[in-house]
Amino acid sequence: MLRQLFRFHGGVKPATHKTDSTRLPIGRVPLPAELIVPLHQNVGGTPYPLVAAGESVLKGQRIGAAEDPFSSAVHAPTSGRVIAVEPCVLPHSSGLRGLCVRIEPDGAERWIETAALAWRSLDPDELRDAIRDAGIVGLGGAVFPSHRKLRSGKGGLDTLVINGAECEPFITCDDMQMREHAAQILRGATVIQQMLGARQVLVGIEDNKPEAIAAMNAALQAAALQNIEIVAVPTRYPTGGAKQLIRILTGIEVPHGKRSTQFGVQCFNTGTAWAIADFVENGRPLLSRIVTVAGNVEQPRNYEVLFGTPMSHVAELAGMQPDTDRFIMGGPMMGFRMPNFDVPVVKATNCILVGSPALFPSPRPEMPCIRCGECARACPTDLQPFEMYWHARAKNFGKAQEYHLFDCIECGCCAYVCPSSIPLVDYFRFAKSEVWAREQQKNAADSARVRFDFRNERIEREKQEKAEKLAAKTAAARAAAQSTQETAPAAEDDPKKALIAAAMARAKAQREAQAQTDAAQDKKPE
Amino acid sequence: MTSLNSPYLRQANSVTQVMGEVLLALLPGVIVYVYIFGIGVLIQILLATLTALVCEAGMLKIRSKPLGLYLGDLSAVVTAWLIALAFPPIGPWWLVVAGTALAIVVAKHLYGGLGQNPFNPAMAAYAAMIVSFPALMSQWPGAGQLGGAAQAALIFGGERIADAITGATPLDALRTGLHAPNAQLIELMRSQAFGAFGGRGWEWVSVGFLIGGLYLLARRIITWHVPLAFAGGLVLIAAIAHLLAPLRYPDALFELTAGAAMLGAFFILTDPVSGAATPRGKLIYAGGAAILTWIIRHFGGYPDGVAFATLLMNLCVPLIDMKTQPPVFGHKKD
Repeated sequence: MLRQLFRFHGGVKPATHKTDSTRLPIGRVPLPAELIVPLHQNVGGTPYPLVAAGESVLKGQRIGAAEDPFSSAVHAPTSGRVIAVEPCVLPHSSGLRGLCVRIEPDGAERWIETAALAWRSLDPDELRDAIRDAGIVGLGGAVFPSHRKLRSGKGGLDTLVINGAECEPFITCDDMQMREHAAQILRGATVIQQMLGARQVLVGIEDNKPEAIAAMNAALQAAALQNIEIVAVPTRYPTGGAKQLIRILTGIEVPHGKRSTQFGVQCFNTGTAWAIADFVENGRPLLSRIVTVAGNVEQPRNYEVLFGTPMSHVAELAGMQPDTDRFIMGGPMMGFRMPNFDVPVVKATNCILVGSPALFPSPRPEMPCIRCGECARACPTDLQPFEMYWHARAKNFGKAQEYHLFDCIECGCCAYVCPSSIPLVDYFRFAKSEVWAREQQKNAADSARVRFDFRNERIEREKQEKAEKLAAKTAAARAAAQSTQETAPAAEDDPKKALIAAAMARAKAQREAQAQTDAAQDKKPE
Repeated sequence: MTSLNSPYLRQANSVTQVMGEVLLALLPGVIVYVYIFGIGVLIQILLATLTALVCEAGMLKIRSKPLGLYLGDLSAVVTAWLIALAFPPIGPWWLVVAGTALAIVVAKHLYGGLGQNPFNPAMAAYAAMIVSFPALMSQWPGAGQLGGAAQAALIFGGERIADAITGATPLDALRTGLHAPNAQLIELMRSQAFGAFGGRGWEWVSVGFLIGGLYLLARRIITWHVPLAFAGGLVLIAAIAHLLAPLRYPDALFELTAGAAMLGAFFILTDPVSGAATPRGKLIYAGGAAILTWIIRHFGGYPDGVAFATLLMNLCVPLIDMKTQPPVFGHKKD
């Protein structure tokens, strides 16, 4: 039976460049002299380090622990010695530094003790915590912590989508993993399915990967799994976007700001399914991933790469050409230019795209927009990029938001088709960051105002309290004074007044006696 | 701004290529035009193109824009060709030169240049010239009426004796003819100005533009919305009018092939800069232009209504686009 497929609007069909890197099987990478393992390899909070310089670590030992619910653990990819825990340049286009654990491998590959997980009998919360501590995050490139996605929404879950679409040109890591490890990916998918209680599993693979589709179907038949289906979907960028693939397979459009689980669908990447199977079956945390090395290299190929391996180390294995001028992490449509050649491979590194001026010539100079509407025809989220561009350029960000700026997934289709070579995505990234900055500013101003108002209120309140206290005191004193006048002297006042009265009486007697003697003396001389 | 960010891949297209395709698509119509009406239009195209390039270069220099980049985008040449095709082929040389200069300098660059003009420059030039020089703008030769030498002579200053050099255009013949008492359409349609299914000769030029327009559709330079809404709207309103008063209003096929209807449907209303951009907006924009064209043709004072209809609808574009934003992903009601 052929499944009914749906389509999303727009999309583009750039040359795929995928065959070159699928000729050889997934390769192994010799240990580099040093691994630089960034602690922050997931969306969400940065894990805190568990090791210090000088300590020796075992392969698979946890070196960074999740510090908040959105964080995910990090592990030593091999055994060795920690050289330092210090900020290093991260694989991020800004050249940002972040805390990294630098490990000198000892070459012995001594593992921590690992054991299969009795996951079926485990409490779901404990299992999720275990997956968090195994450092498993989405390996499609978004690195969203998997344990956060392993709960079904309120209404239960109908469909689990396993994303093997891999629509970006050049990237073939999921393709090769499906060809070589189809059975384990399916086992991982079943674990996820059971955790989520999903009725069916749909594995979406673009139809430009017939070998992967065949391998997955063969594994499916061999394992005789129920309610799992391998679905070949048309090759069209960006089919591999989670929301786009969900749309194609189920017809559901998940709007911006909503979670797919609200619609009974959840989506995982094939690599993530593989990693979850590896963890529950062998107790191994996530230490490596498949990375495509393609572009300006002699032999494009996929490698299994330990996290922390410098990108140049892998690129040189593939025969990096001398005219290389950049590394792009990810594909040519959405990838990011790396700040240098030695930044480490991380969980998000699905591809090291080795670039040269010949391979990716700088775009033609930007021309004015002629409103041809090509961008709107290519936009997979039905936006009108030329209108958003118009407002973003005028720094009229409110208007840009009215045209659904934040529904933009930055897939790059609009800039790809633009005859005026306008870097539309750059404008949208800029507009978004400006809106965020303004919101932050506004929030800061708001909280400052709240603080100020609170301070004023407090001062006012304290003043009032003081005044009330004072008033109460005086009132009490007045009341006391009144009561002394009205009634007999209070006991405490008695001795004082008696003393004063006595003194006054004594003085009076003395004065009278004096007067009498004076009078007597006055009389005598006469 | 030259981007260093993704996407690093770009489709190999450019404004130059888009404009080049439009010029290519105009060729079938131009060739038929020359074949039937003589070389006058070629001279006009040459004059307009030269004027457009000179004016464009001058304005770019004044505005300190990179000359090579912008002059090579061919947008000025497209404007020039449209002006030459909209103006009478035997008009004096200064008519087309002044019109083109007006289009490039005022309608295009004074509004901000490429991509910024609210009005279609070619139609703005046509409107300005027909208001200023109604007589000259209304002198059209009949099919095969004037030889090449005679046309060239007229363009470059020959003596103009209106009745000797021009035949009435079909739309003119229709208008003046129907104003006569007891005039009947059927009688009129047998006259010289009318051909097999439209204006004599013009019907085949229209077929040429139709072929070019279909090429643009196939190359995805334009979408189906504008041609379909314009042609469809014109057919609909003409058919209804013809049905109600067959003696006063010609049939739909005549409306479609007379005057600038085909040029308008595929080359003028499809101008992306001055036209509506959303799919629904394009339907409203072109449908409105069809209604206005028909009204101006039959109740207005000018022989054809495409230019004024275009300009009037250009005015409505910001509103139309604003009100016809398509729903975005996840927000559709289906």
